[in-house]
Amino acid sequence: MEQQKIASLQERAKTIRRYIISMLGEAGSGHPGGSLSAADIVTVLFFDTMKLDPKNPHWPGRDRFVLSKGHAAPVLYAALAERGFFEKDELLTLRKLGSRLQGHPDMKKLPGVEMSTGSLGQGLSAAMGMALGLRLDGGEQRVYVLLGDGEVQEGQVWEAAMAAGHFKLDNLTAFLDYNNLQIDGPVDVVMDVAPLPEKWRAFGWHVIEIDGHDIAQILAAIEEAKSTKGKPTMIIARTVKGKGVSFMENQVGWHGNAPKPEQVQQALEELA
Amino acid sequence: MTQKIATREAYGQELVRLGADNKDVVVLDADLSKSTKTHDFMKNYPDRFFNMGIAEANMMATAAGLAAVGKIPFASTFAIFATGRAFEQIRNSIAYPRLNVKIAATHAGITVGEDGGSHQSIEDIAIMRVLPGMTVFVPADAVETAAAVRAAAEIKGPVYIRLGRSGVPVIHDENFKFIPGEAVTMREGSDVALIATGIMVSAALEAAETLAAEGIEAMVLNVHTIKPLDIFAVVEAARKCGAVVTAEEHSIIGGLGSAVAETLMEHHPVPMKRIGVRDTFGESGKPAELLKHFGLTAADIVDAAKKVMAKKK
Repeated sequence: MEQQKIASLQERAKTIRRYIISMLGEAGSGHPGGSLSAADIVTVLFFDTMKLDPKNPHWPGRDRFVLSKGHAAPVLYAALAERGFFEKDELLTLRKLGSRLQGHPDMKKLPGVEMSTGSLGQGLSAAMGMALGLRLDGGEQRVYVLLGDGEVQEGQVWEAAMAAGHFKLDNLTAFLDYNNLQIDGPVDVVMDVAPLPEKWRAFGWHVIEIDGHDIAQILAAIEEAKSTKGKPTMIIARTVKGKGVSFMENQVGWHGNAPKPEQVQQALEELA
Repeated sequence: MTQKIATREAYGQELVRLGADNKDVVVLDADLSKSTKTHDFMKNYPDRFFNMGIAEANMMATAAGLAAVGKIPFASTFAIFATGRAFEQIRNSIAYPRLNVKIAATHAGITVGEDGGSHQSIEDIAIMRVLPGMTVFVPADAVETAAAVRAAAEIKGPVYIRLGRSGVPVIHDENFKFIPGEAVTMREGSDVALIATGIMVSAALEAAETLAAEGIEAMVLNVHTIKPLDIFAVVEAARKCGAVVTAEEHSIIGGLGSAVAETLMEHHPVPMKRIGVRDTFGESGKPAELLKHFGLTAADIVDAAKKVMAKKK
């Protein structure tokens, strides 16, 4: 049963990756690397973990997801379309004038987007505010947030980390997409963020380290986060930037470049 | 002698009443609750008060998150930190998604006094006014502040409320009606229009008294809502009087004076002068000394009114 679930989620993640490639190819710009590295995490959240109702996107009882690393918008849009929030055809309008699929997520335009993000370092604060508000109402909803590793260079992330620990927000679970690449190069060269587990623990978080492409590990970490009381959980997920497309994997150049038509073709074949 | 109450005091008191009536109201502060007067809210509703520590950027984005799940957050700190340090959080996490966050900024303007130029926010109106969809309230007294706080809670979307540290005369009675976006004619007149906001409204009223003694009838228009600006009232005042003086405890660049100038230039240009801080930073001193030093007294308004009247066609 568990194996079947994992296989099905792996298949789903592959579909999400294909959408990412197609939509970026059509848009001619955007961020494939960090979208692909987060695909497995986002797939598990949207197809196993979160309580959502695509037909009623503002259902108060839903769980919340904040994509703090907003430039990875394609992975969120792909998941939302696949989950049934809107028609898949619309994915091909990404970044075009008049589209609901803005270059970075816009909550006022697209149902299912819980927070407008894109300016790095702000998503964890917003997710924390949501967790505070939902707890105040005694709700069972949980808040998930996805951060980039370069993003945690922003000081505000640590303000939010401090506050979430202080308020003991155990309904808040964060993922850190640790692919170790940012625009100017390797994260540890540009501005080393390590050691991360120690830092988050020091701020009062429960920390879990996983392989961010291993569905079983992602599932187990989420369960552990749910059963952790009195503190928020940070799941540090080791990932590969551009994961799933051979010529994009671990290539810093694929942070913010869209694939050309022949590259789209090759990538889709690899993800078939 | 008129009673003097600081607008921050009125904010704190109204917040407590609002909190009783509306359970969705939550308050955030950045370690200044005794100064911003959110302290009373904390004492009354500890569950709905969040002290975020000295971390304004996080406070603003946290308020955005609270609004996203249906709360009506009032985020409070000094104006300089609210609009300066956390500008981009306000822009991208609050204004851009049009979230229902109220930013209540105290200690605005030079009357914060002795703390000096680093703490004297004379840019905040300009900074907030430029944001699409942001409502900007600058209450003139305690009565107007209480009404503005109520109105802010009713508005669906981001609101900036500019408050001061020092006591200011109470100019309204209990019959005062606050309508967001609607300027208040405090005094009729047709020789010159004194268009003022915040603590400068009482100075404009005082100036009008002085002018009246010299046979000059000045109209006093109180613009408590800088944005959306009451274009109709501003243009009518200019049309009727043919000369305008604006007065604000803010830089002459980007605030009320700029808003009025932009409007009149498009609709009805008349001779105009702006009373405000003239492209310089503040400095330490007693509030009254500073107002005098920077040319923000009733006498300065009188002087400007006469000069601008001399230019009337």
